[in-house]
Amino acid sequence: MSDAGTIKKFMFVNRKAPYGTIYALESLEVVLITAAFDQDVSVVFLDDGVYQLKRGQQTKGIENKNFSPTYRALEGYDVEKLYVERESLEARALTEDDLLVPVTVLSREEMGALMETQDVVLSF
Amino acid sequence: MLHIINKSPLERNSLDACLRVASEGSILLIEDAVYAATRGHAGASKIEEAAGRLKIYALLPDLEARGVSDRVLDKIETVDYGGFVDLVAAHPNCQSWL
Repeated sequence: MSDAGTIKKFMFVNRKAPYGTIYALESLEVVLITAAFDQDVSVVFLDDGVYQLKRGQQTKGIENKNFSPTYRALEGYDVEKLYVERESLEARALTEDDLLVPVTVLSREEMGALMETQDVVLSF
Repeated sequence: MLHIINKSPLERNSLDACLRVASEGSILLIEDAVYAATRGHAGASKIEEAAGRLKIYALLPDLEARGVSDRVLDKIETVDYGGFVDLVAAHPNCQSWL
């Protein structure tokens, strides 16, 4: 391939709560695949997507796999750019302390500007 | 009547639609709807207002899965799956606000 080795900027936009739909888990899998191809990955959490990072998820009762520890493992795959929108946290009475991984909190305007810089944006 | 809601109130309008018409009976929040039962949530005031005329329940396993079982509003009672069945049996009919 002529452009083998080209690194693109990929952004994953997560807007769904975990467990209620399959989107959060599917996104996580595609993020890991993209990282395996040595791409520049940013993962964004907006709206109900911020709930994906909530600490203390215990899924035994609903008999689902608790995939939240995987967000902690992203660092090991060189996925270190995690962004959360401040307004989405505030609407849900969440703070950075409620989240299970270190993130960069951005305002709505900063989030929009970050999106503009990407080559590929994938929505979940 | 038992009203069952399973969608996040910040993503869909199921909760609003239910509250608009539900006059008496009970509401059970399950799946992503349990976020409405949490303190400080943008939709919490609607739930608190509705708790005056309706009895409101939330499914505990869904709260636990989402890591929010420690922040449930005082006016809401949590139930397990057995309690879910009891609620269905105790009401003459059900409406699921899909």
